[in-house]
Amino acid sequence: MPDTANYSWPPMDKRKVIGTSPLRLDGPQKSSGRAKYSSDMNPKDLLFGIYLTSPYAHARVTSIDTSDAERSPGVKAVHVAAKAGTEMQWEGWEIAAVAATTEEQARDAVRKIKIQYEVLPHLVKDDDLAKAGTRARQGGETVTGDPDQALKDAEAVSEGQYNFAVVTHCCLEPHGQVIQWIPGSDPSGADDHINAWPSTQNVPGYAGTLGTDLKVPATNIKVRMDYIGGGFGSKFTPDAWANMGANLSKKAGGRPVKLYLERNTELMIAGNRPSAYGKIQVGGKKDGTITAWTYQGWGSGGFNPTNPPDQPYIFTKVPNSRRVRTAVSVNGGSQRAWRAPGNQAASFLTCCAIEDFAHKIGKDPLEVFKINAPYAARTGATETYLYQLDKAAELAEWKQLWHPRGEGSSGTVKRGMGIGVGAWNGLGHASQCRTVINPDGSVSIEIDSQDLGTGTKTIITQVGAETLGLPMNQVKLVIGRNDLPPDGGSGGSTTVGGVSTSTRKSSVNALNKLFAVVAPDLGTTADQLEAVDAHIRVKGNPNKSVTWVAACRKLPNAISEMGTYNGRQQDTDGLATGGAAGAQIADVSVDTETGIVKMNRYVAVQDCGMVINPRLAESQVYGAIIMGISTALYEERVMDQQTGKMLNPDMEFYKLAGIADIGNIIVHMDIRPENDKRGVIGLGEPPAIPICAAVANAVANAIGVRVPYVPLTPDRILTALEGRNG
Amino acid sequence: MSSKKDPELPAQPKSGFSRRGFIRGVGIGSGVLSTTGLLQQEAAAAPAAVVGPGPVAITLNINGKAVNLTAEPRVTLLDAMRNYLDITGAKRVCDRGTCGACTVLIDGKSVYSCTTLAIDAQGRKIETIEGFPVDNPVSVAFVHNDGQQCGYCTPGFVMAAHGFLREHPNPTEADVEHGLCGNLCRCGTYMGVRKAVVEAGKAMKGAKNA
Repeated sequence: MPDTANYSWPPMDKRKVIGTSPLRLDGPQKSSGRAKYSSDMNPKDLLFGIYLTSPYAHARVTSIDTSDAERSPGVKAVHVAAKAGTEMQWEGWEIAAVAATTEEQARDAVRKIKIQYEVLPHLVKDDDLAKAGTRARQGGETVTGDPDQALKDAEAVSEGQYNFAVVTHCCLEPHGQVIQWIPGSDPSGADDHINAWPSTQNVPGYAGTLGTDLKVPATNIKVRMDYIGGGFGSKFTPDAWANMGANLSKKAGGRPVKLYLERNTELMIAGNRPSAYGKIQVGGKKDGTITAWTYQGWGSGGFNPTNPPDQPYIFTKVPNSRRVRTAVSVNGGSQRAWRAPGNQAASFLTCCAIEDFAHKIGKDPLEVFKINAPYAARTGATETYLYQLDKAAELAEWKQLWHPRGEGSSGTVKRGMGIGVGAWNGLGHASQCRTVINPDGSVSIEIDSQDLGTGTKTIITQVGAETLGLPMNQVKLVIGRNDLPPDGGSGGSTTVGGVSTSTRKSSVNALNKLFAVVAPDLGTTADQLEAVDAHIRVKGNPNKSVTWVAACRKLPNAISEMGTYNGRQQDTDGLATGGAAGAQIADVSVDTETGIVKMNRYVAVQDCGMVINPRLAESQVYGAIIMGISTALYEERVMDQQTGKMLNPDMEFYKLAGIADIGNIIVHMDIRPENDKRGVIGLGEPPAIPICAAVANAVANAIGVRVPYVPLTPDRILTALEGRNG
Repeated sequence: MSSKKDPELPAQPKSGFSRRGFIRGVGIGSGVLSTTGLLQQEAAAAPAAVVGPGPVAITLNINGKAVNLTAEPRVTLLDAMRNYLDITGAKRVCDRGTCGACTVLIDGKSVYSCTTLAIDAQGRKIETIEGFPVDNPVSVAFVHNDGQQCGYCTPGFVMAAHGFLREHPNPTEADVEHGLCGNLCRCGTYMGVRKAVVEAGKAMKGAKNA
């Protein structure tokens, strides 16, 4: 039956659970402090681990002596990762760790590790490409059309440099885990066992990676995570700290070890969003049509950086362009995926350059964005952007409130508005799910996934309940363990497409089995049955029905059916797809005496295909925008070239936006039927993309000059106002 | 939790180090200190209760119950709860009094437990989120308004909201922005938090103690 099953989503007007907004299922556990995160785990005989990390941006360990630390009170294990001779390439590099009975004892013991370094030259700043020397690696030049001739022929040319700081993930639950490595009797490790309670975005992939690193079979590794305190793209692998924690545990005879990064180390080494600097020329017609684009971009995501993003963003069909991209290697912690990696920088560079071009030709940037929308490459995207830009403008009262750059009010506080656009794929990842229907009528949905706070638990349950015709509280969800059907890591906004598709399929498959059992009693065939309101009934004849419980009672054994989605391609049943678009408008006030930017209002219009839970979808967009406002105005990893150190590895000077910093946020989910019919598309990342662009453009519009650097801190605002170079 | 009774904890030193003895010793050898007079005066004053540096017996009044632990005097209230007592609602995030994830109430006031020593919290009334029922009005309002995502900051916000509402029983959203600006969220839940605290204020109006 599964090969002929119809998995497609019920039509909009027939949905009972999908498209409604039940409250977040784990909300009460979280808001009452009862939710146990992995960092809250205190298993029996727990030891506390503390790291020793490099105080230098670039140094070689010449000697390390842990004997005093080993003799320190309460110490059960010391493990060295950076042996003598190790060349360390950034501050915070993991050297060694101690596990002791109390955390205080572990701290004392770490201080007793005697270590000598040979300090080596470093580079930690990349804003001036001329100073990067041999650390700059040019990634080649890409030319489309004839940009030189197009610039000569252009009716107007604007140019600018736009700079985008490194920001960190700053997950509130730091990276780390509680981990227990129980040695077996076989010296090969074949019967060693590991229990891990990690803070990870990738429960399904954790054991495989860890097992390969530690040479313990993945099948002997149990991973469990019920809650995670933030990931944002930085928590996909077990990382060095899982290896370290496991080794400490093994040395301590298999006692569990809690090893989490301290906040300063967390900010230094646990991931960051790379910098991006771009010199851009835009040429085009006086009506706003862009004909030429040149781009020299550079940036760094650490010691092994990748190229900064390509240009132009979204408007990729600009006919003439030259793009030169350079990666700079710096002695800083490595980049990790940061909520739509590459796209925020790309959007910032492109949207600022378009806004500057609009200013150059004296046109309303809304019109310039729209006239260039046909350059969007994805099929259907042009129409979507045109609709979304108009919708955002309507909600932001653009026509009433927008003014040409710098021509707003005459007082010292200036109001301005700016536009940003974003695009993301969001196609679901490969996913398997099991639906079990028991003879007593109880139901479980089992999937090795994780809920990062996005609402994954809730939406899986909604899909199961919708499909089985049951209320949500009759569907038990089992999630967050690696002995369940494999899902994928939660990144790239791939989770919702993956889990909703596999859950739909497993639940349809299970239901069809149940239909086959009860069809004879209802005098019909399985294909004539439907599950509605906890009844199995004959389609078109609601009076011919049997209750869910009575139907299940007929089962000789539990039904256990799988659903599989292969990911990476548009689902053949139309359940999930990729390709989301968003248009956003920032409305700010800038105090030209203090340089302080205040958010008045922020409008986001976003599509994500079929919306399973509008409340949670809206929360995702709010969250993305607030995080974006934080990076647009406050967040920056500040490095000191003199010492090679990060100057703000704490939450006092690495600033996150607070509750009073965000203004009012208006979210409009673009759920028109043409979007709904595309199926499910991920949402975590797409709305996080345009904020730096929109806010920077709003500030330029307010104060009359381009502030070329995000975050838009007061010093940079005042510098730009004084006409000095940032 | 094993460590609170772990026999391998170092025994408390018999010849206790005391701040007073330290000041006397320094005072004799240091002209600078002896000319100030202040430290000598302090040294001559009635002896302060001296504890540590080894583990000491600590008694805390948490959620109306006396709980005992043995820990070094440098242990913060937050670490005492999380590492010694398995009370884990308060979270360690910044560990420097910035983010509010560790908020508890001491004698009814919001306090960052990461910057409060456990020994200093003795004899005071400590309320943690575990002392409130799951369906207390603030937590319920956070659920209603989806004022949480990953939820790691949420217990701190809920406790700060309880402290705030006791002093400002019927706040506006603007009041909430001011009153809860000592807590930080990374997922961006502030829109829901603002609404939740206003709603909780309305729900609790007239209630003596939620």
